[in-house]
Amino acid sequence: MDFLALIDLSVLDSTVRLATPLLLACLAGLFSERAGIFDIGLEGKMLAAAFFSAAVAAITGSVWLGLLAGIAASLALSGLHGLASITFRGNQLISGVAINFLAAGLTVLIAQDWFSQGGRTPSLFGGGRFEGITLPFAETLRAVPFFGPLYYELISGHSILVYVAFAMVPGTWWILFRTRFGLRLRAVGENPAAVDTAGVSVVGLRFAAVGICGILCGIAGAYLATGLQAGFVKDMTAGRGFIALAALIFAKWRPWHALWATLLFGYLQAIALRPDIIEGALGFQVQVQLLDALPYILTVVILAGFVGKAIPPRAGGAPYVKER
Amino acid sequence: MDVMPKWAEVILVPLISLLLAAILSALVILAIGEDPVAAVKLMVSGALGSTYGWGYTLYYATNFMFTGLAVAIAFHARLFNIGGEGQATLGGLGVALACLYIPWPHWSLALVGATVMAGLFGAAWAAVPAFLQAKRGSHIVITTIMFNFIAAAVLNYVLVNLMRPAGSMDPATARFPEAAHLPTLHDMLTPLGISFSKAAPANVSLLVAVGACILLWVLIWRTKLGYEIRAYGHSESAAKYAGISPVKITMVAMLISGALAGMMAINNVMGEAERLVLNAVEGAGFIGIAVALMGRSHPLGVFLAAILFGFLYQGGAELALWTSIPRELIVVIQALVILFTGALDNMVRMPLERMFLAARMRRAPKPDRKPTTPAQ
Repeated sequence: MDFLALIDLSVLDSTVRLATPLLLACLAGLFSERAGIFDIGLEGKMLAAAFFSAAVAAITGSVWLGLLAGIAASLALSGLHGLASITFRGNQLISGVAINFLAAGLTVLIAQDWFSQGGRTPSLFGGGRFEGITLPFAETLRAVPFFGPLYYELISGHSILVYVAFAMVPGTWWILFRTRFGLRLRAVGENPAAVDTAGVSVVGLRFAAVGICGILCGIAGAYLATGLQAGFVKDMTAGRGFIALAALIFAKWRPWHALWATLLFGYLQAIALRPDIIEGALGFQVQVQLLDALPYILTVVILAGFVGKAIPPRAGGAPYVKER
Repeated sequence: MDVMPKWAEVILVPLISLLLAAILSALVILAIGEDPVAAVKLMVSGALGSTYGWGYTLYYATNFMFTGLAVAIAFHARLFNIGGEGQATLGGLGVALACLYIPWPHWSLALVGATVMAGLFGAAWAAVPAFLQAKRGSHIVITTIMFNFIAAAVLNYVLVNLMRPAGSMDPATARFPEAAHLPTLHDMLTPLGISFSKAAPANVSLLVAVGACILLWVLIWRTKLGYEIRAYGHSESAAKYAGISPVKITMVAMLISGALAGMMAINNVMGEAERLVLNAVEGAGFIGIAVALMGRSHPLGVFLAAILFGFLYQGGAELALWTSIPRELIVVIQALVILFTGALDNMVRMPLERMFLAARMRRAPKPDRKPTTPAQ
């Protein structure tokens, strides 16, 4: 048994890449659920953003326009979720299910109509993709033992969206726990009646939270199609929205913990691609299916409350009805 | 409460929701440059124009009846079972075990055995989330979603590593023995002098599904347990006060729900594929949500909605075959139905309620009568 072999630099590098969309989606869900709006439509929003970012990047050749289109698409679905669950006080879970299917169907339908390539976009290259950025001094410091390769391989060389995602962690913490807006946002998820009594609009706050969720999901989807991969393929989110949801519960709705949870789940995805490393480290074969299922099993265990209970925001899932 | 007459509640609201979904779907077809009228004609002729089309429509409808009933019974206890997909996957495993390892003398006995196994496996897969909801308060929607993914991993493991016949590269079980093959509608109707397409997969499990609809209706509206489930769904505190155990109702409702979802496997695994393959469920577990919402969680409604979705599925397959409209159009229609009948229900309901209220006020303008406030 050589557990140190599990900490392989290339695996850690792909951990960072694979954790990025999870982290962005997880923080997106965090904003929404902290404001009392359950969102199981993260998957659909990411998928829509992935398609529109890849499609617009393929047509215009500009990845930045693609990113904007992805965010716009995700925001549109967020608006729909807000309309259903805030304005018309519908069931938030059912609305999320509908959004997932809407995105799964519409992306393929539109992709077939625009590109006629069987529900995918053309491959992106050059300016149509987010390329890795080499951070300053990465080349010069490479020779330094231990820290050199670590800095060069692990920290440097990712696309800008990866750094945005990691910066969003302290950003989210600061917004939620150090600003007036954040205090109100958390309050509206715990006790909307109190917020209403204080004269602050519950509907406005919740729409703001759902909007932020849409923007973050948009970035996550755009990263998936234009950073991690080069183009959109059918159902490319492959359950990442639900893994992000699992990470959110794992993190018990806290930003820093969301980072660790998504890194853990990202690591599980990365190591599943390298069965040779696992076998070398543990001395026996671990079934790929077990690694695939592990994030979900861990989440169920956490939800069961055997390892520290996960308590969601109190007003989550319930529409707010003003007293008349 | 009763702002609207019952017929408006039961027929008008779903119909308007369906109409809205249909109009939006037509706009989507227009937007991708196809003709919606021609598309509908093609769907009708493809799904209902021949016994072959009907055979497929009824085959899909059988799946959706099981999963729709599964979601519906959970809805009655105000539980949202989104895990029909995983429960049906496990049900398939139960059917495969029953068909492959027990030498059945006749298909009728095999059907009974497979139905029991499918129900048991599906119920077992629903039992853990149900227990966690009842005892630990873990949100059942999240746990059932997680169990869908775990089920996919379990089936993948079982098919790749355990049940794959030696020498086969395909992640699937061996074919079921001849004695476990179910008669299709063709086999059943030919002795009666009715000619029915031989190629269509609709089979005797359609009758099991219809039987399940009837039994569930009896259970919900004619038994003490059904009353308790409905009472619990309407008000947990009132049910508790009446001595109904929330743990028991949650467990029982979810076990029935899981069993129904699992029993879908007698149609798709035993009746059609005659072996267990990866992704045998093909999303039917999720369509159950749309079917239950559309059918207002009533068995008769579920029956009709399942046939509607069976028609959409077969019609959509025909569209994909003959036009450039991909099969995913059905997913869009399904999403719109869920959206309008489920999430945006109040959008349809509020103006209708206002209309009925105004009509009633005009008919009986008593000045001392307090106006009823619309629900919510």
